[in-house]
Amino acid sequence: MELLSYILEQAINGLQIGAVYALIALGYTMVYGVLRLINFAHGDIFMFGSFTAYFLISKWHLPIYLVFPITVFATALLGYAVEKIAYKPLRSAPRISLLITAVGVSLFLEYFLSLKGLFGPDYIAFPRPFDVRVFDLKLFSVTNIQLIIFSVTAVSLLLLYLLVYKTRQGRAMRAVSHDPEVAALMGINIDGIISFTFIVGTGLAGIGGILYAFAYPQINVFMGIMPGIKSFIAAVLGGIGLIHGAVVGGIIIGVLEVFVSAFLSSTFRDGVIFIVLLLVLLLRPNGLFGRRIEKL
Amino acid sequence: MRFLREAQRFLFFSALAYVLLKGLFVSGCATDYVQQVIIYSFIVILVSLGLNVIYGYTGQFSLGHAAFYGIGAYASAYFTSALGVTGPFLFLPALLVGGLSAALIGCLIGAPILRLRDDFLAIATLGFGILVRVVLDNSDRLSERLGGARGFLGIPQITNLEWGLIALVFVVLVTRNLIFSRYGLFWQCIKGDELASAACGINTARMKLMAFMYGCFLAGIGGALYAHLYPFLHPSNFDFLKSIDFLIIVIVGGMGSITGTIWAGIIWVAFIEGLRVVLPSQVLELRWVLIPVLLIILMMWKPTGLMAERESKLLGLDKP
Repeated sequence: MELLSYILEQAINGLQIGAVYALIALGYTMVYGVLRLINFAHGDIFMFGSFTAYFLISKWHLPIYLVFPITVFATALLGYAVEKIAYKPLRSAPRISLLITAVGVSLFLEYFLSLKGLFGPDYIAFPRPFDVRVFDLKLFSVTNIQLIIFSVTAVSLLLLYLLVYKTRQGRAMRAVSHDPEVAALMGINIDGIISFTFIVGTGLAGIGGILYAFAYPQINVFMGIMPGIKSFIAAVLGGIGLIHGAVVGGIIIGVLEVFVSAFLSSTFRDGVIFIVLLLVLLLRPNGLFGRRIEKL
Repeated sequence: MRFLREAQRFLFFSALAYVLLKGLFVSGCATDYVQQVIIYSFIVILVSLGLNVIYGYTGQFSLGHAAFYGIGAYASAYFTSALGVTGPFLFLPALLVGGLSAALIGCLIGAPILRLRDDFLAIATLGFGILVRVVLDNSDRLSERLGGARGFLGIPQITNLEWGLIALVFVVLVTRNLIFSRYGLFWQCIKGDELASAACGINTARMKLMAFMYGCFLAGIGGALYAHLYPFLHPSNFDFLKSIDFLIIVIVGGMGSITGTIWAGIIWVAFIEGLRVVLPSQVLELRWVLIPVLLIILMMWKPTGLMAERESKLLGLDKP
């Protein structure tokens, strides 16, 4: 009985971090869908979201319902700027050049923002705008942070679903992701859709950044690296380019990570995730939900 | 004999560099720190050359090169400290242990993942790099001597100017000859068009694996030299950022250019370590703001690097 409640408790913790991974993974998967680019800077935009929320809460004391939209706006603006400045001039370049540029953007954001006077290189305590409460259900307990994370993630996913499947913009995004050239022939403004995808994806990363900082209230300019890489792995696990794949992949990676920490050792956590990545790439390179078989 | 005759120009310039550097070292113009930095630059060039074979010549994008560098460093350091080697005797086997263990692990990991396309290969090698970092951090569970996250202490300092330079010169010449051999031709074919190469009858899987193993071998040798240059190894010396260092050197120097890698390696070490001497520590952080910006500009302006597929005639690297 005790073991069962321990497992359930860990599963809830896994869902908590998995929900954040899912939000970040969506940005990766959507950008990969339209541009065939692993946007390495995505993890740093997520970090930027945490810091924006930190400044809004601790410096300007804004209420939480204002923190979310302003942060999303800020990260989306950064994502838009990155796409316009760094990626757009390379639209016709080889994919590796684009990938190296993405690595460069990621390093630039990290080291530029870690300068003194900007975010600084140190860990900063993130002030939660509310007190932590634990609700004790019979078998397991849930914190209000977890409830906030689950509900915000659910609302974001619902909005994303409506956007992608029920609007003209969403249909254009799916068309570009399916075949950019044919989409262009149908009169879709490819550059506009790519920018729009960046805005949506980085906005979701901003939400992820706030939620992550609620759950783990220590922020740092380099905090985006590992969640970024793990979320990308989540996107690959679910099938890159697929929205539901990113969500399921994120949750699987989150739960797996927490279980490895709980039952093996937290030092093996990152190792196990990468073994999963290697296995997925070798056994099922199109991911759990991927159908399209891409040739070499 | 033929090997020496073909290499005479490069050997001549290497001997010249040796005399100059030795004079600098003996006369005391160079402090211990500067001496170490100069030897370190040879190691960096050697390891980058390995990555250039993998990425610049064969077109297989790797973001985990530092992992093989680390494997070579730990393997050879374990070898020397377990056997109690303190002098140059048995150092050559130690270098080979480093190189071969990196090549062996490169073979095991490369055989499955080299099937992947460019950006998936990047993420797989990145993942492998982080996996190696985790293993090194926990290496004290395997053997107390390896030290795990505390770092590997008590490695004999054997690497000196002679070892570094001889290893580098030998590796440069072997690499040049390999590149101009039929295998080098196969590798460059695969970079140009993998499908067409396969259609021409090139065993692409085998050739890619061969290039990858050779590159890892060089990384391992470089790691072995590095391990015996400083008395202390730490897993953080072999993380993702280190892989990026080597990648930047290859890209800046030029894909598929040994000369470019040599120049870029020297400039890189001079830039990173030299600015440490010149600039005050507050401004030092700006290095890493500047480097990515330069990298992005380079990608827009000359995506294959400054000396792509060109070699120096003066050094005699332009023909076998």
